[in-house]
Amino acid sequence: MSWLEPSLAAEGARIMTICNACRYCEGYCAVFPAMEQREQFGPADLGYLANLCHNCGACLPACQYAPPHEFGVNVPQTLSQIRVASYQLPRRKTVLMLGIASAGLLLLVLLAGTAWTTLFARHDGGAFYEVISHDEMVRLFLFAGAWALVGMGLVFAIRHGVVRGVRRADFGAIRRGWSDALRLVNLGGGGEGCIEEHERPAQVRRIYHHFVFYGFLSCFLATIVAAFYDNVLGWRAPYPFASLPVIFGTLGGVALLIGCAGLFRLLRERDVALSDKGERGRSMMLLVFLFATAATGLLLLVFRGTAAMGFLLILHLAIVFGLFVTLPYGKFMHGFFRIAALIRFASEQGD
Amino acid sequence: MEDVLVIGGGNAALCAAISAAELGARVLLLECAPKDFRGGNSRHTRNIRCMHDTPVDVLTDAYPEDEYFDDLLRVTGGETDEHLARLTIRSSSDVRAWMAARGVHFQRALSGTLQLSRTNAFFLGGGKALVNAYYRTAERLGVRIVYEADVRKLEMTDGRFLAASYVKNGEAQRVEARVLVAAAGGFESNLRWLREAWGPAADNFLVRGTPYNMGWVLRELIDGGAQMIGDPTQCHAIAIDARSPKFDGGIVTRLDSITLGIVVNKNGDRFYDEGEDLWPKRYAIWGRLIAQQPDQIAYSIVDAKMQRRFMPSVYPPIEANTIPELALALGLDPHALKKTVDEYNLAVEAGTFDHTILDDCKTHYLTPPKSHWAQHLDTPPYWGYPLRPGITFTYLGVKVNEHARVLLQDGVPSPNVFAAGEIMAGNILGKGYLGGIGMTIGTTFGRIAGEGAARYVMA
Repeated sequence: MSWLEPSLAAEGARIMTICNACRYCEGYCAVFPAMEQREQFGPADLGYLANLCHNCGACLPACQYAPPHEFGVNVPQTLSQIRVASYQLPRRKTVLMLGIASAGLLLLVLLAGTAWTTLFARHDGGAFYEVISHDEMVRLFLFAGAWALVGMGLVFAIRHGVVRGVRRADFGAIRRGWSDALRLVNLGGGGEGCIEEHERPAQVRRIYHHFVFYGFLSCFLATIVAAFYDNVLGWRAPYPFASLPVIFGTLGGVALLIGCAGLFRLLRERDVALSDKGERGRSMMLLVFLFATAATGLLLLVFRGTAAMGFLLILHLAIVFGLFVTLPYGKFMHGFFRIAALIRFASEQGD
Repeated sequence: MEDVLVIGGGNAALCAAISAAELGARVLLLECAPKDFRGGNSRHTRNIRCMHDTPVDVLTDAYPEDEYFDDLLRVTGGETDEHLARLTIRSSSDVRAWMAARGVHFQRALSGTLQLSRTNAFFLGGGKALVNAYYRTAERLGVRIVYEADVRKLEMTDGRFLAASYVKNGEAQRVEARVLVAAAGGFESNLRWLREAWGPAADNFLVRGTPYNMGWVLRELIDGGAQMIGDPTQCHAIAIDARSPKFDGGIVTRLDSITLGIVVNKNGDRFYDEGEDLWPKRYAIWGRLIAQQPDQIAYSIVDAKMQRRFMPSVYPPIEANTIPELALALGLDPHALKKTVDEYNLAVEAGTFDHTILDDCKTHYLTPPKSHWAQHLDTPPYWGYPLRPGITFTYLGVKVNEHARVLLQDGVPSPNVFAAGEIMAGNILGKGYLGGIGMTIGTTFGRIAGEGAARYVMA
């Protein structure tokens, strides 16, 4: 059986057939030029088109066939439904439970395993390893990191056929695909902006997404540098405020706070007709986890010299742990599918 | 008492409302459609035809005033007011900046429309996106908008507008205003009126655009003393897929296969030269041709050789492996269709097929002939599409002067009635069609009418 429900496959094909005869939206994003290169819209085509769609929403209010027209064309929502199906991820609630349970469990274990006196003692300048030993922390996050990497690799390996082109993309296509992804050119409504509240196009969504993405990247970089300091140079945390890990982490954390809060607000206020309920839920879940990670990380930095450090450290670690555990099964995966789809698009258009 | 009353909710009405509001007038706009279907036929448009002497922003090469006017002369057969036409054409040269400043985004012409990248500027997302942008701008400027306001009555004395009456949610409302801008479109949605001109054949017409162009305002203006212009019986109609909705099917219902095969009527007979001219130019005659056939239905038939050569259609082709089977599937007499195809195939002469020019593939001793792109219809599977006349707009309108003022029977302009858009397009486009000129006329006269109306109330 196909990964795509027959009724959703039929609806996707129906809508794309109408769009292909109209083509008024071709200036908005990559979905429409990619569609125009096709005449039939089977599950493989729909999966690819759905992952090219960034859900900017511009094509819905512009559509002369949008509901309540009898053709009832809703491209963003239909592609959103197909996109979520294409990842074949576990149910939203399962992922949420997995994240909360693993974070909660770790929180309990760490709290229980730490002596009360150690936990609430004042640690000079943030001596993290007095609360949790260095080796314990390394083991914990080697496991979490491996879990996330293997999980994401497996999910992508199983599902990437949806977005990968038949032929191997050349270097130029890979470069263009990454460039489109890093600049989010397809999240701009063709220059007009995404559709936000009151059907008013604006670029805010794209900007917030940049905050989230580059914020995450900055935090990731902070971790890499810290790992290098720790394992290669033998410099143990905590690092001074003026050090690279702290600077990258702080900038990234603040960017994540801004971006996650902004995207969350936009998602909550957004017309529900623009996307699939499941995809919205997954997005919000990821945003909450990222926000909590950034917030606890920054709190830890600010209060690392106080008696609150022990608890904040454990809370932060537990949330990061929960985030890592759920990464392969939530909205985070869209990034990989999106980039693969954009590379395929660059490759197809280059022909 | 309102300052400016704009009746209509499409491009011309919005341009008028925005222009008047920008000059400080209080504007009330009555749109008879509900919000979801606002915008009249503008919601189905895609581009605006613009003159330009050098390549500019989204337009390639040059499209000078005289060439534009010559194109207009050709399609209208001279049924145009040169003064108003040239005024419209000239105003189109800098109109994009005005539009962009009011929220309209443009894009380059992409696939399927490349031949228009020189003459027409394309709206990003099409006409409905333009309409949405204009509504946002109008709201920001304080224009009050009432949807589902069905204007049925204008009170006019000696060509002077006093008040309009409309029905909203079943309740009658009356609104007085100092000046009226009538931009409520033609009457193509009014099937009863179409029947008056076309007889029972009109029952088989499909209306490609809005179901809300009932022509009430147009009729009220004429009854109130406005001069008529344009043939009251004529409409612009193309051939569209017979399976399309009765109203509002828009662009996707058109079918571009006619020149690539043959077209037969319900008796299985050919009735017109399918290869007479290049497709964009011949696009518009087929609606009328089919309207004149029995039961107003025809069938475009192509074979496998031609199936990739036209824009994908929204409805699937009716497919069969032999001509008699196709006839049965289409509900035609198999013998009659077989005979027509056999005769046609016998008459086809060898040539070099090129769909982009008037090539040398034609029929010999066949009535009616196929003058170009004639190819043997011999490669299964065969595809058939049922066709009906699809009305785009009507030509009947009110006569205006260069200030968009409605002219009365004695040739004197009304003191306070302006008209813009399809309701007066017949001054410039008396017959025929030129892609994107409807938006040029609507934008030009919408702006003139709005500014004139505002000046009138400010004076």
